[in-house]
Amino acid sequence: MNHWLIAPIVLPAIMAPILLMAARHDIVLARIFSIASVLALLGIALALTTLVSNGLIVTYALGNWLPPFGIVLVADRLSVLMLLLTAGLALAVLLFAVDGSDHQGRHFHALFQFQLMGINGAFLTGDFFNLFVFFEVLLIASYGLMVHGGGATRTRAGVQYVAINLVGSTLFLIAVGMIYSVAGTLNMADLAIRVPHIAAGDQALLQTGALLLLLVFCIKAALVPVHFWLPGTYANAPAAVAALFAIMTKVGAYCVIRLYILAFGADAGVASWLAAPWLLPAALVTLTLGMLGVLAARRLSQLASFAVIGSMGMLLIAIALFTPAALSAALYYLLHSTLAGAVLFLIADLISRQRPGHDDRLTVAPRFAQLSLLAGAFFVAAIAATGMPPLSGFIGKLLILNAARSSVAPVLIWSLILGTSLLAIIGFGRAGSTLFWKSTGEAGEFPAADQRQTLSLVAIGLLLAGIIGLTLFAGPLTAYLDATAEQIFATHHYIAAVLGNTALQGGIR
Amino acid sequence: MEFLLSSAIGLLTAGGVYLILRARTYPVVLGLSLLSYATNLFLFATGRLVLDQPPVISTLATGYTDPLPQALVLTAIVISFGMTAVIVVMALRSYLENGSDHVDAPAPDEALP
Repeated sequence: MNHWLIAPIVLPAIMAPILLMAARHDIVLARIFSIASVLALLGIALALTTLVSNGLIVTYALGNWLPPFGIVLVADRLSVLMLLLTAGLALAVLLFAVDGSDHQGRHFHALFQFQLMGINGAFLTGDFFNLFVFFEVLLIASYGLMVHGGGATRTRAGVQYVAINLVGSTLFLIAVGMIYSVAGTLNMADLAIRVPHIAAGDQALLQTGALLLLLVFCIKAALVPVHFWLPGTYANAPAAVAALFAIMTKVGAYCVIRLYILAFGADAGVASWLAAPWLLPAALVTLTLGMLGVLAARRLSQLASFAVIGSMGMLLIAIALFTPAALSAALYYLLHSTLAGAVLFLIADLISRQRPGHDDRLTVAPRFAQLSLLAGAFFVAAIAATGMPPLSGFIGKLLILNAARSSVAPVLIWSLILGTSLLAIIGFGRAGSTLFWKSTGEAGEFPAADQRQTLSLVAIGLLLAGIIGLTLFAGPLTAYLDATAEQIFATHHYIAAVLGNTALQGGIR
Repeated sequence: MEFLLSSAIGLLTAGGVYLILRARTYPVVLGLSLLSYATNLFLFATGRLVLDQPPVISTLATGYTDPLPQALVLTAIVISFGMTAVIVVMALRSYLENGSDHVDAPAPDEALP
């Protein structure tokens, strides 16, 4: 048993109380501990990547209670990829927050570590009751982070965010209960074995439970019709937090990939590909609505929120096709859209700091400090987010379009993706020209903000470098993601790794 | 007993959903609590209804009740209790900062919808 597997959960879980107790009054100490922890997480994620990159699936039975009875953590290519993405994003976001915004409220760093613990746990867990527990951990931390810094509109948006997620948690529990009542297990691999043998009379309960669970994941992934919480939350959260939340929508997408291919995939008998007929139409509507929102946004952070919704639509279109090629494209787009979404929120925050009175509203205002630098960063981020060549958004979109050729409705998918890309380009172009281009013609000038912004710019640079890296190394990366997608679809490997080789022949029953 | 439990779950859920759809934060908090009670009862029922049976192995036992849902309900109760506390504090804070306990409380520069 490899004990490093639990480190991504234990390390932030230990670090957060240390930050709470020892570094409560000393912000410098808290920053050092927090950054050290995230760097260690990045190192662990890299080490785990080398461990699983040859196709090995590593499991960790907590307290040596063996599955399906004990709690089990599972690391395969997909979950470790998500760990790596989380750690990388967290590092950039933390550097941005350390530049001043972590000081506006209390306990930012402790909450940040708890948030990372929940996210990492959700990616590693092998049973869906612990998925619920880790969802709660990451949500509780996110409630605190969401209202970090306070303010009337932020608290109001925070209450709505908590309420919608409490309803989501309730639905999650009901769905878990329904599945348990007919399958008698909470372990995902064990469930995958049992689903084909569920009696016909119990199928209705099982499928209702599974679809309720899909609804919960769609709330997290901000899919239409349960997307409405996202623009209010992300646009009102502190920028660093909104950027970190870019990974939270992907937790929902990850759960859809994991559960609906493993347990309700090709081998599930009557219940096979349960999610596909619901997911695809919802994703298509989400993409359209998100990009229309980009066109209608009145603030840059609002525009970024709707771009996130649109990118989730695009991502779930690719997932809903449920083929290895489409899944590989989806994973590439997932990496890209997380970075692109996060960097937009950070840029919007820097712009709003430089324009007191105008903030990040899309209004023509006098020139502000660092105009050309921020304009350049926005230009690169916008090219990536709208999916224009030459950056990674274009490659991801091309991969998805290619995978959709052999799908059920290629014409519809192609025309919607291409049409919404045009909408996004118009929306981003309009926002950029209002903020940067037209502003240069105005008389007067905003005084430069007195805050240092070096680390914020480094954070933005890191994320943009990540996007460029995705583009430059697209070849090896897509080969790796192809292997990842194949591993996800070869569900018997996962089941054998978790439950042992005898499980598939009915040895355990 | 089946009828009693299922009607209790149904009534709690109906009341909870009705209250969640109210416009003020206090009924919403109450609705969320009712809904979490309904969920806890529902989770109990997923292990099938059994009377007077032990959940742990014993030589005297004539039958068993499923222990797992009981563990799940315990976790769910703890979490929902904590979450209720969180949303009460957030709702209070929102009321104090916005001067209104409306869920869609208008910002100072907006009119009430």
